[in-house]
Order: sequence, then structure tokens, then C-alpha cells
Amino acid sequence: MTKDMRTPILFAVMALLFILEGTTSFWVFSGSWNTSLAILNMALISAIMALGVNLQWGYAGLFNVGIMGFVALGGLATVLISMPATPGAWTGGGFQIVFSLLLGAGTVAAAISLFKRMAPGRNRGIALFALLAIGFFLFRYVFDGGVEGVEAINPASTGNIGGLNPGGPDGYKDHGYMALIAWPVGGLLAAGAAWIVGKTALGLRSDYLAIATLGIAEIVLAVVKNEDWLARGVKNVIGLPRPVPYEVDLQNSAEFVAKAESWGADVTTASTIAVKLSYGLLFTAVLLVLLVLAQLSLKSPWGRMMRAIRDNEVAAQAMGKNVTKRHLQIFVLGSAICGLAGAMMTTLDGQLTPGSYQPLRFTFLIWVMVIVGGSGNNFGSVLGGLLIWFFWIKVEPIGNWLMQVVTFGMEDGSSLKAHLLNSAAHMRLFSMGIVLLLVLRFSPRGLIPEK
Amino acid sequence: MDFLNAIVALSNFVLIPAIAYGSQLAIGALGVTMIYGILRFSNFAHGDSMAFGAMITIFVTWWFQSMGVSISPLPTALLALPFGILGTALMVLATDRMVYRFYRQVKAKPIVFVMASLGVMFIMNGVVRFLIGPGEQRFADGARFIIKARDFKEMTGLREGLAFKTSQGITVITAILIVAFLFWFLNKTRTGKSMRAFSDNEDLALLSGINPERVVMVTWIIVASLITIAGVLYGLDKSFKPFTYFQLLLPIFASAIVGGLGNPLGAIAGGFVIAFSEVTITYAWKKVAVYLLPEALEPSGLAQLLSTDYKFAVSFVILIVVLLIKPTGLFKGQSV
Repeated sequence: MTKDMRTPILFAVMALLFILEGTTSFWVFSGSWNTSLAILNMALISAIMALGVNLQWGYAGLFNVGIMGFVALGGLATVLISMPATPGAWTGGGFQIVFSLLLGAGTVAAAISLFKRMAPGRNRGIALFALLAIGFFLFRYVFDGGVEGVEAINPASTGNIGGLNPGGPDGYKDHGYMALIAWPVGGLLAAGAAWIVGKTALGLRSDYLAIATLGIAEIVLAVVKNEDWLARGVKNVIGLPRPVPYEVDLQNSAEFVAKAESWGADVTTASTIAVKLSYGLLFTAVLLVLLVLAQLSLKSPWGRMMRAIRDNEVAAQAMGKNVTKRHLQIFVLGSAICGLAGAMMTTLDGQLTPGSYQPLRFTFLIWVMVIVGGSGNNFGSVLGGLLIWFFWIKVEPIGNWLMQVVTFGMEDGSSLKAHLLNSAAHMRLFSMGIVLLLVLRFSPRGLIPEK
Repeated sequence: MDFLNAIVALSNFVLIPAIAYGSQLAIGALGVTMIYGILRFSNFAHGDSMAFGAMITIFVTWWFQSMGVSISPLPTALLALPFGILGTALMVLATDRMVYRFYRQVKAKPIVFVMASLGVMFIMNGVVRFLIGPGEQRFADGARFIIKARDFKEMTGLREGLAFKTSQGITVITAILIVAFLFWFLNKTRTGKSMRAFSDNEDLALLSGINPERVVMVTWIIVASLITIAGVLYGLDKSFKPFTYFQLLLPIFASAIVGGLGNPLGAIAGGFVIAFSEVTITYAWKKVAVYLLPEALEPSGLAQLLSTDYKFAVSFVILIVVLLIKPTGLFKGQSV
């Protein structure tokens, strides 16, 4: 196998896995195109996240442990853009909240300028503390009033400010294109958070960025979970609009029914497959655009500069490159891609469920994808995204199968057997850790190495 | 009288919990800082290793309890602690042998170590969930309180009660003993001195004939003890749940960085800074204010600066401020 053939062959194997999942029910495959496409859609989104992380790690050697936070920000953007505004929420307290947030931002800005202008000493400390304390209490006073107003509005079904969808609470689902607008906005939100983190932690030791991103992810999640006025917190937002048709509408459309029957397919199955297929096409389009951009940037002078910085920071600095600035730039870009993918994922799910965001699933799994696929190589991370997601889904059936084999000789009803069978679910974390360590140790360049 | 009541309320809800929590963080941060000083990377597996150590101790505790062994009024877990430390030490030495040693030999970048520690974290998390399950476990026994709130009220005639839990007492005493022992070890013994030399300047230490593998091994054993003790104390004080140990990672890192990474004294100070800020900022001050302020000024709300859901935000903000203003931490660490 020559080197040039490696990439196409590996992608062909990946395609074969998805085809097997769709056609045969042998071993752990399910034999349903519905599952196959469902896995594929999430795999495509994972591939986009992996692309963003590869930008940070593969191009620049930045270690981001807060992917989950950026993904959650993308999900938040979907609600804030594609849902309709809750009637009365803006007048009932929404403007007040915005005003209080501006107050808060103003306080921080004033504190920064005070810090820069006054001479160091005790006076500066006292003035700074007083300013921050007054600003904080003012902010809380205005903010709490606004929040109370918003959350009082029909708390059982809304109680949040809602989004910008022009369709209103009854007709918002007709404006599915708003979901598409939400995707880049998700990227922007994530980019903003990344800028704040990068500005503080970049330029220091490499571990500090990792710790700071770990922190921002926890905080973003805490905000999304607890600020009910924003996106209902753990009460979840359901029924997000879709950029693709609904199954029910397809089943009621005479044209679609005729087409499905002409192919000899069951109408219900055909409609679900058609919906998943259209999502898949949308996601593939986004992935391809990003992949082309990433490839172009990698080959551009900018990409060469990035790799030069990664390989020898001191030399790059001596050549007059501003290492910290370039790092900030690429960190923001990569996080924005993660935010975009997060918004896409929330649209696909049709709901925002903050309780389901877990660092092991959204941060560390993406890392495994990048490392296994081949860091520094865009095709590698896309392949890693597809492959690892497929296995993430299949580890449980494989684990079950393995436990069945292991416990085959044991008598039924023994507590050890029951424990082993029940614990198959935890095989995921374990096996992902093993995969990460093995690849890092024995094949650190991944499946498709960087050229 | 009101003033006394205010002080008692303050001690009951802020000072005592913060001192206990600060001690737990300090012991955890000492571990992080030691790994950083000697092995030169931030160990992301720290939180989950704490869960591992606590888990072994819990298993031994249950075994002792089933045999009727008890050191009441102290919790049985203290008796099981040495076994937990032994198990954890074997585990970390095994991971060092199988994972980290290779990267030391090839002199990999620190970030590769961090990534490997991430893999270890994954595995540890899986092992803990596999063996003990993801749910909450209670293993505290013995007397629950040193001073009960009601007894205190009867004793003093004050309206506010002061409760002092056994676990809090044990935490503080253990923390003092450990810190004293650690500083004695680092400053007075030959091995401790060689560890400090290795941490200050690796090349010079190697030139003067210090065996690096031995230093690393001793470090891991000490870290395993710190990890287990911190994990068990936290579990006794709050409760044992694997996921909360993962979440402890952020405050522990924050403590170590605030104090200055690589500096043991800083880790302890950092632990208390983080714990006190977290508790004071998320505490509802109304109770104290009611006693101190005249009636007209009493707060209408809870007078809570931030809800407890944002306690991680506190450590994060402190971390960011320290990184911006003084990246080497309060006590000079080896950072930047």
C-alpha cells in the first residue's frame, strides 16, 4: 500500500462500515439505514469539531480542554436565534437584563482603565475594590429584577426571553432557515468566549491554556444550566425549528408518497430516511467547505508560518512573528468551528438539553478523534471523527458481546455475571482511554499522518 | 449578644466549612504541585485518581465494617486509609511505568504528558465507575459530631448553634500532620533534599549523582498518599461520587496556580484562598446581617453574592486574575 493510497482506502473502509450498518444485522451491526444515517449525521458533526480542534492542536500545538463549553455556546445560539421571542418577555424584563449586562461590562471596562491609569499602591487597590463592589451590586439589582420579570412569564412552557424567529410562537416552525442563521452565530459566540480565555492564558505556559479552557467549559455549562431566562436551563428547550422538512409533512405530501411507493418503500421509513438524508447532505456541505478552507490555509504562507511557530517558537519569534497573536488567532478560529458544530448538533437534536453535556463525551472524545485520525492532517481528523464516533456508538454492543463471551461459562444468576453485564456501559470511557494512550504511544502521528 | 450570635453563625456556616474544604483542597493541590515540580506537567488524572484512592479505601472500610472491626467514635475509613494508600501507590507506580516513563525517556514536551494524563484519567474514571458504580456511596460511620448544634445552644444559651462535624475535625488535624510531615521530609531528609534539588535544576541534580528514577518513584508514592487522603477526607466530609472528584480538578488546579505551581507552601495558601472565596461568595449572608445590622438596614433577599451553582466560577475568576496579574502565583512558583 503506497502512501497516496492510504487516505482513499481508509475512507473507503469507513464508507463500508456505514453500508454494513445499513444492510446487515450481523454481529454488532443493526441492519437499518435509519440508524446508519443517524450515526453518520452525528459523525459528520464530530468530524467538524475534530477539524476545529485539529486547527488548534495540529497547526499550532494549543491544547484546548474546553471543547464542551464552546459546543454548548453553539447550542445556546440556536435557541437565541431560531426560537421565537416569548411575548412580553422583552418588555417584562429583557431590556432590563440587557441593560444590567451592559452595566456589568461597563464596570469591568472601568476597572481595567482604572487599573491602567492609577499608580500601583494601596489607593489603587481600594479604588478598584470599591468600583467593582458598587458595580456588582448595581448589576445584581438591575439584573435580578429583569430575571424575575422574564421567568414569571408562563414558566411551565417558556419563562425565557426566546430568540429572534420572526414567525412568532405559532408559526416559527415555518421559518426553518433561522436555524441555518444560528449556526454561524454559534461560531461567533464561541469565538468571543475563546478570545477572553486566549487573551489571558496564551503566552504563558502551555498547561495554563488547558486549565483555563477546562474552567471556561464548566462555567459556560453552569450558566446554560442555571440561567433559566436565557434558555430555560435544565428545563430544556424543545421543538427547535429545522432547516429540513418534517416527517409528518412528507407523509402528507402526495408527491412524496407517490415517489416512495414507486421505489417500493414504506412511506414512514422513507420519510425518516429522507429527513436524515437531507441533514446529512447539509452537514456534508458544511464539512466540505470547512475542509477546503482548512486545506487551503494549511498550504498558504499563513499555514506554513503556523507550523513554523509550532515546531520552533523561539526561531519563529526571532524571524519577527508575533507568536502570542497568531496563537490567539488560531485558537479563536478553532473554537468558532466547535461552536458552529455545536449549533448544528442542537439543530439536529431539535432540543437543547444542558444536562446532557458531559466533558467526557464532548471534550475528550473529540481529542481521541484528532489523535487517532492524525493530528496536523485535516483528512486525518475528519476520518478520526467518523471512525471514533462509529465506535463510540458501537462500543456498547461490542462490550455487551464481549461480556457475554466472558461470562459464557458462568452460571446464570451469579452476582459477578450480573455485575459484569451491567457494567458494559462503562466500557466506553475505559476503551477510549486505552485507545488514546495506545495511539499516543505507538503511533503518535495517527492513521493519516501529517505530510 | 447579637454580635456573639453573628460570630457563631459565621463560624458555623463559613469559617468551619471553609477551613475543612480548604484543607482538602490544600492536600489535593500539594499533589498537583509536587507532580508539577518533579515531573513538570499538570496531571489531569488527579481528580479521578482521588476517586480511585477513595474507592479502595471504601472497599476496605466495607470489609472491616462487615467483620465488625471499628475504632468508634472515629470513622472506620481511617483504619482503611493505609490500605487505600497502598493500592493507590501501586496504581500510580504502574501508570508511571506503563505510560509516563516512556515520555520521560524520549524527553517529550510537557503538553504530551498532559495529554497522556488525560488518557489515564479516562481509564481511571472507567475503572472507578466499573468497580463501584457512578452513584453516590456513603461510608462514614462513628460519631457524626464533635459538637452538636443543639448541645452548643444549651451550653451557651445563644440562639445560633455551632456544629462541628467529626469529619471536619479529622480533616483539619490530618492536614496539619501531613503538611508538617511533608515539610520535614522535604527539608530534613536526604531523599527530600534530592527531590528539591531535582525540582530546582534537573541537570545539576543529575550531575551530582541523584538517581532520577528514584526521585520520580518517591514523588509518586507521596502523591499517591496525598491523593488518597484528600479523596477520603472529601468523601467523609461530603459524600463519595465519582463525578464530583472530576469536578474538583478545577479548584485544585486553581489552588496550585494561585499559590505558585511547584511551590508546596503556595499550594496550601492557594487551597485556603480558593476555599474561603468560594464559601464566602456563595454563602447567603442574611443570617449574619440580621444580627449585625439595625432592623432598617436588614437585607430583604438572601444577600448571597452568587448562587452555589457558580462556585466553579469563583475559582475560575481567581485563576484568571492571577494569570493576568501575577502568573507566578502568590508565592513564587516555577510558572511561565
